[in-house]
Amino acid sequence: MDMNELTAKLSAIKDEVLADIKDLASSKSVYEYKKGIMDPKAGKIGTLMREMGKIPNELKAEYGKAVNEIKNWAAERFDELDAKLKEAEMRARYDSEKIDVTLPAKKQVKGNLHPNTQVRNQIVDIFGSMGFEIYEGTEIETDHYNFTALNTPADHPARDMQDTFYLSPEFLLRTQTSAGQIHVMENKKPPIKIISPGKVFRSDDDATHSPMFTQMEGLVVDKGITLCDLNGMLDEFVTKIFGAGTRTRLRPSYFPFTEPSVEVDVSCFECGGKGCRLCKGTGWIEVLGAGVVNKKVLEGCGIDSDVYSGFAFGIGIERIAMLKYGINNIKMLFESDLRVLSQIDD
Amino acid sequence: MLVPLSWLKDYVDIDVTADELEEKLFSCGFEVEEKHEVGEAISKVVVGLVKSCEPIEGTHLSLCKVDNGSEELQICCGADNVTAGKKFPLALIGATVYATAKDHKTIEGVMTIGQGKLRGYDSFGMLCSGTELGVSEDMYPGAGYNGLLVLPDDAPVGADVKPILGLDDYIFDISITANRPDCQSIFGIAREVAAVLGKEVKTPDLSYTPSGETIDFNVTVEAPDLCPRYSAHYVSDVRIKESPAWMRRRLALVGCQAISNIVDITNYVLKELGQPMHAFDFSYLKGGRINVRRAADGEKIVTLDEKEFSLTHDNLVICDGEKPVALAGIMGGLNSEILDTTSAVMFESAKFARDNIRKSSRALGQASDSSARYAKGVDEYATVMAMKRALHLIEELGCGKVSSSHFDVNTGNSVEPSKLTVSIKKVCGVLGITVPEADIKRILTGLCFEPVIDGDNLTISIPAYREDMESYQDVAEEIIRMYGYSHITPTLMPTAQVTPGGLSLAQRTSLKIKNALCAGGAYEGIHYSFFSPSDLDLLRLPADAPERFAIKLINPINIDLSLMRTTLVPQMIAAMARNQKRGTLSGRIFELGNRFFAKELPLKEYPDERETLCIGVFGDEEDFFSLKGLVENVADALDIRFAYDAKEYTFLHPGRSAAVSYDGKEIGLMGQVLYEIADELDARVPMYVAQLDIKALEGIFGKKRVFAPLPKFAIEKRDLALVMDKAITAGAVESVIKEASAYVTLVSLFDIYEGAQLPAGKKSLAYSVVFTPGDMEFTDEVINAEVDKILGALKDKYAVELRS
Repeated sequence: MDMNELTAKLSAIKDEVLADIKDLASSKSVYEYKKGIMDPKAGKIGTLMREMGKIPNELKAEYGKAVNEIKNWAAERFDELDAKLKEAEMRARYDSEKIDVTLPAKKQVKGNLHPNTQVRNQIVDIFGSMGFEIYEGTEIETDHYNFTALNTPADHPARDMQDTFYLSPEFLLRTQTSAGQIHVMENKKPPIKIISPGKVFRSDDDATHSPMFTQMEGLVVDKGITLCDLNGMLDEFVTKIFGAGTRTRLRPSYFPFTEPSVEVDVSCFECGGKGCRLCKGTGWIEVLGAGVVNKKVLEGCGIDSDVYSGFAFGIGIERIAMLKYGINNIKMLFESDLRVLSQIDD
Repeated sequence: MLVPLSWLKDYVDIDVTADELEEKLFSCGFEVEEKHEVGEAISKVVVGLVKSCEPIEGTHLSLCKVDNGSEELQICCGADNVTAGKKFPLALIGATVYATAKDHKTIEGVMTIGQGKLRGYDSFGMLCSGTELGVSEDMYPGAGYNGLLVLPDDAPVGADVKPILGLDDYIFDISITANRPDCQSIFGIAREVAAVLGKEVKTPDLSYTPSGETIDFNVTVEAPDLCPRYSAHYVSDVRIKESPAWMRRRLALVGCQAISNIVDITNYVLKELGQPMHAFDFSYLKGGRINVRRAADGEKIVTLDEKEFSLTHDNLVICDGEKPVALAGIMGGLNSEILDTTSAVMFESAKFARDNIRKSSRALGQASDSSARYAKGVDEYATVMAMKRALHLIEELGCGKVSSSHFDVNTGNSVEPSKLTVSIKKVCGVLGITVPEADIKRILTGLCFEPVIDGDNLTISIPAYREDMESYQDVAEEIIRMYGYSHITPTLMPTAQVTPGGLSLAQRTSLKIKNALCAGGAYEGIHYSFFSPSDLDLLRLPADAPERFAIKLINPINIDLSLMRTTLVPQMIAAMARNQKRGTLSGRIFELGNRFFAKELPLKEYPDERETLCIGVFGDEEDFFSLKGLVENVADALDIRFAYDAKEYTFLHPGRSAAVSYDGKEIGLMGQVLYEIADELDARVPMYVAQLDIKALEGIFGKKRVFAPLPKFAIEKRDLALVMDKAITAGAVESVIKEASAYVTLVSLFDIYEGAQLPAGKKSLAYSVVFTPGDMEFTDEVINAEVDKILGALKDKYAVELRS
């Protein structure tokens, strides 16, 4: 074979390739065609190198160059075509795979904590970061810890404020988490900073009362603790739980184990204090009771009231949950109705 | 407590509006729960003078000309007492008055007066009865007449009738805290009002002139612990009749029905001074004596309301020489009741132990204004004052002669003020602010504490009625509630020491368990700590089951809330059933709460409160294994493994229930709820429940997590299809595989087959077993040897064969 023959042959192959690839319609057929024509044993271009043996030595270099050239030329053609076809194919694929994005989501199974637990966790986070430990007392308490040690002896009229469930003359279901205060103060020396969440029980069962509900008691005992400190800490608390700008208002009240005792109202977070349905037009919502720990209570626990003073507060967890989430019936919280529980994931 | 503004004004000059007074009371610790104007429904009713009045023939009506002060109006009137020249309340067009039923007595709402036409005659307003204005006979004499209310001749024509009839008065319903029993009276509130307004309080007139007459009579107290003070006073020449209008009106305003002068005086004094009083018809007191003693067991008394009570040693009675004549502090006896024929009375003003009265009242189910008052606490100061006031009223009403026979048995308590000296620095230390000395002095003077300041020492005189005043803290409260809580400036414990805070390990673990269950699609529920005996029956528990040994409430609300729960299962089953009834047909719920176990009953020591987890899943798509998945979530959260062994329970499907164990110890149960229980509760879909004793796992809380280095060499996997008897459990097979080879790190079941391709009674379980290499790369020989070890062990133990 001389070079002319070779040139003619390669030119014919080129023409053939150009004619063939015109008909190729998919990237897959390009791949197949390429594979066929490049096949070193059977392909028209692939086998060209094998011809090298039949080429006179002086032409070998030129032959090799020409074959490489056609190889490169072919590869370029195939790539070009492949890219073009692939683009069209992808476009077609995307078109065919178009979805209705408004169809319903595939949801993960989900559950959540009880609204009480959510509120409790929020409160624990707030006070925990202020150095409060969390102390959980027992649901069954003695008359002593629930009443007597809290400056509420047997004939005290304050006992009428709470209808108590008794289990024996001595044991009862705690009516207030304040019962935990005494255990803590008996077992720990100041400084004391605790919150004590838990279930409490009162013999009240009507539209707005549940015989079981949840309280969170707070107690601080240290040197120089004042009513101003109570106020400051409650301000911190309410802004964190109800939002910035929430204000507190203290007004006189009575609890046997604090003196002075106060009811704490917060400015209505619904209307900002202008007056609305939630706050019954007053601009204020009653959220908790508090006060300076009565020195008799401290002394009963062996704490020197000349050195130490403290404050205590009691928060109704359900009350906060109901206010925060707009739940209108306390009983709903104890029925495990999934239509209720699944609504609140704060 | 109901407090009429008009009555309050007897003792304090009130120069603020009702709204301002409410605000002031609120700020110093007396919340006004309700405030209403007596005649708030009544408007545009004036004094009308009937100029002429002609009967309309054939009707009961009269056609009147009525002067309203500026013009004459034609008005048709149906009342029989309409008279020319008399003055009546005239409701003008646009006025609001009460609408009455046909009986002219029953109020049926409020109506607005419009121009009317009766029998063809125009009527430009309405002349009113007492009922139409909401005024009763007790509130205004003549108002009870079934016709027009007749106004005094000197009433100015055209003037608003409300001040004339007392309809412009306000009633405050004030809530009194338990530490202030001294404020459970109009006068008690007056003292506070005077203090908060900076006015003088005027003491009610206590004067009377004893006649000099004495009688031979004896008062003794055998139970001084229950009756620290008993005073009695004899009044002769009693003439029982109706009380004067002013007294009846006041009693009506505070919701107390007028009866007769003597009884009304006792009720009036109770409302005015807060001291319950009683009057005995003297002629029925036998044996010339009163004795206060505990009742004998089984002793009987019939009270004024004709109820008979059988008494016990715990009840206090007032006796004459022969028999009980009153249930002390609660109610008088029928046998010594004041009647129209009563001609002499013995007044009683006493202090009884509040706890005893409260207990007796509850135990006997008998209560009165008096017992309610005693239960809150009465002070001896008021006891003395009330007797004087009652005797004064006898004279004022002219209904008897006050004798000189006064009896007073007391335990020597003084009613004189006591002294208390406190440090001003300490008082201010409680508050955290410095209250100026002048303000301290002003406030405490206003509260009748007669303060004397000497350097840091503040000395006050505590009136006998202020039994709540004991320490500098009480003084601090008195000062700040009058000074104003707005003076308290927030601080953040500048003197406090730093303390570490946050959750304990157990609390963190509880939360972790809860979160793991939420991640498994379960919602947290909370149920009551008490339940019903029928809940134990629902579980078909035998009589000797430990759950039956539950702590009982002595005074439950009802039987359904009468036992401290010993299992969380029944409430969970009930919750699942309730959800189905409300249309939720599938779901997952869990509760982490306490079960209560007594060491002995009745309780002698704190019982065991066991933190326990209960999980309930229900729905057609749920099964035993979806519940097991949640239980495994708990195990994963604690980084432990549970074992499951088939076990029967009285309330679970006998073929679908298991005991759950950890470390060889049974800590819980799980399974499908019996179909019979589901039927009983109308539950439509299968329910599954698990209960785990979390407290039993306390020891592994906070288990240290250790990182296992990744294997240096590739793991190997082998699939083993195993044939065995159907009775052999997957759990047993899995344990054998794990035990047989030290390299096995994971065994997962991927197929179960039972059927035609296997001999009868056989099943096939296919496992994928993962081998993790140690220090050397696995070779086929090593793995094959391990597999042979596994197959050998399975064959030896359970005759398991490799499926061919």
